[in-house]
Amino acid sequence: MNIWRPPKIRRGALAVLRRNVLVWRKLIIPALLMNFGEPVLYLLGLGFGLGQFVGEMDGMPYLAFLASGIIASSAMTTATFEGMYSVFTRMVPQRTYEAILATPLEVDDVLAGEMMWCATKSTISGIAILTVATALGVVTSWQALWVIPAVFLIGMCFAGPAMIMASFASNYDFFNYYFVLVVTPMFIICGVFYPIDTLPEVVRNFVQILPLTHAVALARPLVTSTELTQPLIHVAVLAAYASISFYIAVVLVRKRLLI
Amino acid sequence: MRVSDTSSSAQEPVVTAHGLKKHYASHVAVDGVEFDIPRGQCFGFLGPNGAGKTTTLRMILGLTPSSGGSLSVFGLEIPKHAREVRARIGIVPQADNLDPDFSIEENLQIYASYFGIPARVADERIARLLEFASLTDRRGAKTETLSGGMKRRLTIGRALINDPELVVLDEPTTGLDPQARHVIWGRLNELRDKGVTLILTTHYMEEAERLCDQLVIMDQGRILDCGTPRELISKHVEPEVIEVRSEASQRLQAMGNEAGCRVETMGSSLYCYTRDPDPLLAKLKNEHGLTFMHRPAGLEDVFLKLTGRELRD
Repeated sequence: MNIWRPPKIRRGALAVLRRNVLVWRKLIIPALLMNFGEPVLYLLGLGFGLGQFVGEMDGMPYLAFLASGIIASSAMTTATFEGMYSVFTRMVPQRTYEAILATPLEVDDVLAGEMMWCATKSTISGIAILTVATALGVVTSWQALWVIPAVFLIGMCFAGPAMIMASFASNYDFFNYYFVLVVTPMFIICGVFYPIDTLPEVVRNFVQILPLTHAVALARPLVTSTELTQPLIHVAVLAAYASISFYIAVVLVRKRLLI
Repeated sequence: MRVSDTSSSAQEPVVTAHGLKKHYASHVAVDGVEFDIPRGQCFGFLGPNGAGKTTTLRMILGLTPSSGGSLSVFGLEIPKHAREVRARIGIVPQADNLDPDFSIEENLQIYASYFGIPARVADERIARLLEFASLTDRRGAKTETLSGGMKRRLTIGRALINDPELVVLDEPTTGLDPQARHVIWGRLNELRDKGVTLILTTHYMEEAERLCDQLVIMDQGRILDCGTPRELISKHVEPEVIEVRSEASQRLQAMGNEAGCRVETMGSSLYCYTRDPDPLLAKLKNEHGLTFMHRPAGLEDVFLKLTGRELRD
């Protein structure tokens, strides 16, 4: 059993995805409250409040600018939380993976299912924000629905690194490092709150390698019906982060569980 | 009680291991073990903590890569065919890992989905398994509300969801009270009578004596001996034991030796192994203030003789 062998994607992943959907369904009310409540607060508080002073940003009302950025960043945080805390819970204290691995399913199936679930949760949160944004008059075209598959991809892209963190975490506190050193900086510098053009050149070049920059660059034009530049590059970067991090996570979880 | 089927022993073994090894960086967990597990029997791995029992089971399931040797289950090579093999095996792990997010019935439904069993087939089996585990009335309960015995029964029921030919149980009754333990033993006997092969690890001698048709005694990664419980007892120890409790153990040890017994000391207890207990019993009857017990030798005596009496951690 070579732990480096390439992962196989099989139907079994859907059983793992289904398991998580069934658990989510049991707690659907608080889950949806969170999904809708948070963007309402952000968009009303920041969008209207701050928007009074800012007016327009990058040629669009600040509320629209913010809403379209938050869709991307919320996909990141949702997938990150699920990929770290929930995956760790099921892997270590709850021993759910141990039970699953006693069936014909393998680590590949488990993590593929988890990754799809993280992306599904990101998508649910994206739909919630889109709904709120539409109610606030931000969305002007049906074209905005294209952001939904984009958000799924963004979720996959951030789920992988989160699962890597879960694969070698020894406790929940460990995840603070990842939030402080990775997630929060991206949240601040990748164009969610202001255009990256305003950053100093060095930083502007650096943020090009960060996935959230590409997530925002993809989501914002889709939501606000503005011009989409270089969509294939953004999709390619997000897909590359998703697939490489998935592979690393599979190897590390094999190493942790199949000993 | 049970009729052993001699024709089945002629069949190909369910599990075959040759020179199976597992080395870790710091220690050797399994050090070249050989065994054949015949179909339809209950086969036990008996050993102290750290003997390598669980590691051996995990290798059989393809969950731990071996460091050497060969292993096949149902004639299929492991770990190459581990997925196909696990589809035909039921597994009862040492620590319960029921899904706390689901009720009893949902636990079984979800587990069936991991095997790709269609919901209609699964529901029919689940009704049967809930009966088998005596949990039909509690089907909607959350798993955390269950007692240790109920959780074990559910875990065993869950292991049967794929209608397995082989069920692997890692210390199935550790931590259970005597009543719960007897119920589990009854269920396991039922399964074996239906022709399911059972593999179990245990450090309870009573469990091994009651359940196992054949067993191996393991210690420090090696198999010390194998056979039926009776064979092992008659091979390694004298048929009768007199246990004596006394502070004056040196004098009694001499007395035991004089009466032709093999004497072992453990704290303030003496274990006198013999074929003819009468001479020692006659002497002991004349002693006052002594507690002694005369009993037939059991697997525990074999176990302690082979693995020693010092503490294992």
